[in-house]
Amino acid sequence: MKNLPKWVDLVLIPVINLFLAFMISGLVVVYIGENPFRAMQIIINGSLGSAYGLGYTLYYATNFIFTGLAVAVAFHARMFNIGGEGQAMVGGLGTALVCLFIDWPHWTIAFPVAIMSAALFGAAWSAIPAYLQAKRGSHIVITTIMFNFIAYSLMVYLLVHVLKPKGQMAPESAKFVAGSNLPSAHDIFSWFGMAFPKSPPLNVTFLLAVLACFLIWLFIWRTRMGYAIRAFGWSETAAVYAGISPFKIIMVSMLVSGGLAGMMSINSVMGEAERLLIDSVQGAGFVGIAAALMGRSHPLGVFLAAVLFGVLYQGGAELEFEMPAVSREMIVVIQALVILFTGALENLVRVPIGKIFMKLKLKQN
Amino acid sequence: MDYLTIIQILDSMLRLSAPLIFACLAGLFSERSGIFDIGLEGKMLASAFFSAAVAAATGSVWLGLMAGLTASMILAAIHGFASITFQGNQLISGVAINFLASGMTALIGQNWFRLGGRTPSLSGDGRFLPIEFPFAESIGKIPFLGPIYSELLSGHTILVYVALLTVPFTWWLLFKTRFGLRLRAVGENPEAVDTGGVSVSFLRYRAVLICGLLCGLGGAYLATGMAAGFIRDMTAGKGFIALAALIFAKWRPAYALYACLLFGFLEAIAIRYQNITIEGVGTIPVQFMQALPYILTIVILAGLVGKAIPPKAGGEPYVKER
Repeated sequence: MKNLPKWVDLVLIPVINLFLAFMISGLVVVYIGENPFRAMQIIINGSLGSAYGLGYTLYYATNFIFTGLAVAVAFHARMFNIGGEGQAMVGGLGTALVCLFIDWPHWTIAFPVAIMSAALFGAAWSAIPAYLQAKRGSHIVITTIMFNFIAYSLMVYLLVHVLKPKGQMAPESAKFVAGSNLPSAHDIFSWFGMAFPKSPPLNVTFLLAVLACFLIWLFIWRTRMGYAIRAFGWSETAAVYAGISPFKIIMVSMLVSGGLAGMMSINSVMGEAERLLIDSVQGAGFVGIAAALMGRSHPLGVFLAAVLFGVLYQGGAELEFEMPAVSREMIVVIQALVILFTGALENLVRVPIGKIFMKLKLKQN
Repeated sequence: MDYLTIIQILDSMLRLSAPLIFACLAGLFSERSGIFDIGLEGKMLASAFFSAAVAAATGSVWLGLMAGLTASMILAAIHGFASITFQGNQLISGVAINFLASGMTALIGQNWFRLGGRTPSLSGDGRFLPIEFPFAESIGKIPFLGPIYSELLSGHTILVYVALLTVPFTWWLLFKTRFGLRLRAVGENPEAVDTGGVSVSFLRYRAVLICGLLCGLGGAYLATGMAAGFIRDMTAGKGFIALAALIFAKWRPAYALYACLLFGFLEAIAIRYQNITIEGVGTIPVQFMQALPYILTIVILAGLVGKAIPPKAGGEPYVKER
């Protein structure tokens, strides 16, 4: 069943999986005693129906693009990086250090430095699990889970004891220097004399996320290293036979992955909060897993899946407002079902569809 | 630190270790049969919610326990369905189950009770109460040994004792019965078991369901024994600490007990002392104590102290040759 038509593999099966996940979510809504079609309408209207909603949707999507790409790159090397959450948290530390202690004259100078710092910190946090996987064979899933918890403890410690300004109660850092504040969508639109609502946190980082999608596509499909990563992911023994070093592949793919996860903080920490909070990631690292699975580890797919989850996050907030019986956790349920159907229960749909196409082929011949 | 304080810390160590022991042994069964399970956390959470919810509704903690076990075993069955029947990725399935439990418990909790995801407080028959050993009070007066009996061993809920008894039972089941031998074999070399005419799928399903049962006990203990009701995401990473303990114990029952007691001890110290100041060394922040189980597991995984080798066929779906 490997030779299914490409459109079936990349479009039909994900769409059916998504449909199954939504159908069960709909049943949950029915159980709660609300109309699932009206719920869907509220979600879509609330997330895409206005510039305000869209601003939030794309802000969330920006987070998920970074964490989704992070998981996707690792998937290509058959590494399951479940540590996006921790890497993004530590990436946030990298962003914060740059934005707290250097008096930036203009955001255009702060932006690239912060990106490098965030990526560096995120990559550093994935380096130890990667090294242990490559050298000692310690399972990357277990080590990255552990590093998520260690990251959380580290952030609590730093914010409570080190970065919190004296005399302040809330465990968060001081506000970043004004010169590091990124232009929001409102600012960017006003440069061109156009209007965009002021409150949505969408900012220039969205463009960086789109660029990242393109660069990752280039990296995975158009470079020698990307080829080596994919070869390694398909067959480790064949890759080793071809002279590809597993150590190098695991390290590179995991460092790129961690770097991407870390860069998420440019959006959430530098772009939105403009200070470092204890939980600056808020589960986006895990949404990245769902986005990468849905997007079949392809940057374009990850982008679309990230926007879909952005719709769910923003629409879910509106839904809770309009239908108090359906709380925000509905999104977590939908996310779980998407991961279940597109990831773990993939064969539930793939096998029957594969059989149908085999039969069709036989008939044609 | 006086003697009674030490006894009290050990007492709270026992209390805090019990859910870890359940979850850790749960993982032991599953992973020994070759099915990785990072969904221990989710199963415990589901059981915690449903046990507390049903106990609150019926006033009977035993009915609550049944509901909790059922919920946990349903999630275990989904995991088995995905990873055994459909040969899906076991890790991804585990992630999905954790989210499913986290979302569903909060959603249904709000729908049923409208208390922001909590269940009503349990009291009386709605929760497991401490069991006082006979003559605890008079024996407790005996110096030195007395408090061990009256403070440390006596006065826990029944599930703590069940947790402790599950350890030798697990050892017996895995290492002294035919079922246990086959279960371990299927985690190392499923082809051999299959060739021997034993169903790989059936064995693995049983292991996964036992895993669900034990996670269910751990979750029910959290909500109806240790606490008096469910609060959102109350497992707070215990499933992952149990997973860490499992690796720390290198997938062996007795060592699993020691690892869980150690991690329970660390938690007890962290709760009691917050930041520990040692003369001449400095202050150990409470966050370090909280992260210590994970750091220790990394050290073990790094092979700096012994080497943790998981069951050989773990994580790989078994595809029967045709």
